[in-house]
Amino acid sequence: MLKLYSKQIKTLTANSISEPLVVRLSSNHLLPIGLRRNDFFLITQSNIDKVPSGFKGYFIPEDLSLTLGEEFLADNVFTIPNDQEYLGDGDVIWFDPNSLNSRTIYRKNSKHNSLLVTERCNNYCLMCSQPPREINDSYIVEHILQAIPLMSHETNELGITGGEPTLLGEDLIKIIKASKIYLPETSLHMLSNGRNFADLEFAKKVASVAHPDFMIGIPLYSDINSIHDYVVQANGAFDETIRGILNLKSLNQLVELRVVIHKQTYARLPQLAEFITRNLLFIDHVALMGLEMTGFTRTNLDDLWIDPIEYQKELTEAVKIFARFKMNTLFIITNCV
Amino acid sequence: MTSATKAKFKSLDAYKNAQGSFRFLPFKFIKLDNERYILTNIAGEFIVLDKFDFNKIRDRSLEMDSDLYHKLKSKHFIYDDSSTVAIDLLALKYRTKQSFLDGFTGLHMFVVTLRCDHSCPYCQVSRQNEDTEKFDMSEEDALKALLFTFKSPSPLIKIEFQGGESLLNFKLIQFIVLKAKEMNQSIGKQIQFVIATNLSPVNDEILDFCDEHEILISTSLDGPEFLHNKNRPKAGNDSYQRAIAGINFVKSKLGPDKVSALMTTSLESLKYPREIIDEYISQGFNAIFLRSLSPYGFAIKTKSFDMYNTDAWLDFYKTSLAYIIEINKNGYFFVEQYTALILQKMLTPFATGFVDLQSPSGIGISAIVFNYDGDVYASDESRMLAEMEDKSFRLGNLKENSYQEIITADILVDALQNTILEGVPMCSDCAFLPYCGSDPIYHAATQGDMIGHKAKSGFCKKNMGVFKHIIKLLEDDLEAREVMMRWIRV
Repeated sequence: MLKLYSKQIKTLTANSISEPLVVRLSSNHLLPIGLRRNDFFLITQSNIDKVPSGFKGYFIPEDLSLTLGEEFLADNVFTIPNDQEYLGDGDVIWFDPNSLNSRTIYRKNSKHNSLLVTERCNNYCLMCSQPPREINDSYIVEHILQAIPLMSHETNELGITGGEPTLLGEDLIKIIKASKIYLPETSLHMLSNGRNFADLEFAKKVASVAHPDFMIGIPLYSDINSIHDYVVQANGAFDETIRGILNLKSLNQLVELRVVIHKQTYARLPQLAEFITRNLLFIDHVALMGLEMTGFTRTNLDDLWIDPIEYQKELTEAVKIFARFKMNTLFIITNCV
Repeated sequence: MTSATKAKFKSLDAYKNAQGSFRFLPFKFIKLDNERYILTNIAGEFIVLDKFDFNKIRDRSLEMDSDLYHKLKSKHFIYDDSSTVAIDLLALKYRTKQSFLDGFTGLHMFVVTLRCDHSCPYCQVSRQNEDTEKFDMSEEDALKALLFTFKSPSPLIKIEFQGGESLLNFKLIQFIVLKAKEMNQSIGKQIQFVIATNLSPVNDEILDFCDEHEILISTSLDGPEFLHNKNRPKAGNDSYQRAIAGINFVKSKLGPDKVSALMTTSLESLKYPREIIDEYISQGFNAIFLRSLSPYGFAIKTKSFDMYNTDAWLDFYKTSLAYIIEINKNGYFFVEQYTALILQKMLTPFATGFVDLQSPSGIGISAIVFNYDGDVYASDESRMLAEMEDKSFRLGNLKENSYQEIITADILVDALQNTILEGVPMCSDCAFLPYCGSDPIYHAATQGDMIGHKAKSGFCKKNMGVFKHIIKLLEDDLEAREVMMRWIRV
């Protein structure tokens, strides 16, 4: 697993950058001079003999810095530890030259860039892979809004995840708008529990951004409200999620339903499929997913674990129902269960 | 993670309905057989329960969060204080089921001539001598009919040419198709043309025109040669030969998907369910519509609708359906379309565009007929009745009346009011209401009033029988269920 943050960056030469910044990395020594003053240059084995001048700052892997001669006199050169050597041309990071902390926001070469926009959540799912934290993390939005214009136009897909992104309210709309403006060719996919879309006015605000390719993935764990509410540990969540879905679809917003299959949800999978095909047939996509062995899943393993082989019958029946109604359905299971 | 984290999670019980009581959402029920009941909600979802479970509902002794409780809750028969979104969903589903009302009149039938080269005893329209042109529609009336057609708010317009034998007035068909397309250039509706014909006059010129204008062909095929020719007497006794030659001709010129066939069920037909189906299959069709004989036109005059009762037709239907299901099980995809329509009502959230099973009836508001003489009728059946001197369902005439006058004719408004099943005696309590319709013209013809006493109604008996049979198959015969599920169009 890549380490998407670092506290091991060190200064190598004088630092004239006073404020934390969101910055794009470049390893192209021929980058037009006009672009250099905002970017950091990434020194690698192959460009170390032609390090250009004029960049806002320079990153060099710690090992490589040892080979560096005295003659390299640029300011703002920092060494990065081995675990950050995955950073490449076009990546965007947040970096604080004072505390020497960094966080990777975007990797140009990854097919799966997801922006974690908040760690707060109004659900508390039994199997949450990203356990929520009640913290003030509103600064993240600012970083993301600065990062989006720096991302590559060629990015295929960008994810928005949390926590619960809709807790950002207006700030979320800013993020979606920024994606539309700066990354018009990029599909946007957001994971949300959908509850806040029960507020039609908020749903309208999101839909009125009119992003050309924006799908919202919303989990639905049961056709029975008490079971869904138990899985997400929130009373009334089922009703809000359903009303949210209805609002979004009434505004022609693309919606994907996501079902995590575990001990609490497998038994009524066929009934859930029937419920979806009868009540929510206008949904654009259904994803059925196995458990991920992270986060709260480990805490609640006794209440969640069932070997996928044991729910084959229910899964097959559910997929048959979705197929009958020509719903786009996907079953995803991680290798390492 | 520690047990402290674990302690933050609450148990399933904490999310169950605390009040311990539930409320009913609107539903109706009827006996399926001596052991079981069918329950339907207003959106047409159904549940079959044995007496034991049914009595639990009746006595309100349902156990909270039992499987039965969840079944009723999931399908929106009951709800409780822990969730009220059922009402939003039910409202949405009900609206979807009634959405056939949105478009208003889609199907417009043009009777371009009453002339015919056949003399079928059950003919539902009195035919006339083949060369009497006074039974042809005039260009003037055809133009007025088109103006009327384009007044419909429906975005999808289907123009169907009827007869007599419609192709005997092919010149007028050409005129109407070209005019309709010309008028539509500034209107931009979606138009579909269908010619209903026995195919005996078909030729290259006609099919070239159909090809150019994407016109579909609907023809008659009653079964194998001996049956078809018996049902459809014609000089030369070659109706079958001409129909088959015509079907193959159309297939080769326009493509196999451009021609469909409809059967009429005569007394004689009832003896040959398998032979009829075999004939359809050997002609390459993948579907058949098992129709009953309607009591209009010559059918009433010759009392031929009286000649067999609904029970005999139901036997025919069940035998045919069993045979068709068997054929599907053996690997050949073949649909019984009446069953497929009803399955769509039962098992999908969609509305069907089937005029005969709608509440209110689809007369006038889903389909309308322009007769050869400019008279406008609320349905094909009404003009058949009119050909027997009963003009009570005549809405007006294109030469004399405006669109508004015709579409708000008292007789049409009355008929529609009398076919809103939700307010019709016996229908309003019937569990099959979400699937059924009402035929005011049938009931007027057979009982003298548009509502009719449903206990004496062949329409009611037939459809009840069909609904129960389909539900029994779905419940009791898994293989049949699998086959029938494939017939649903999504």
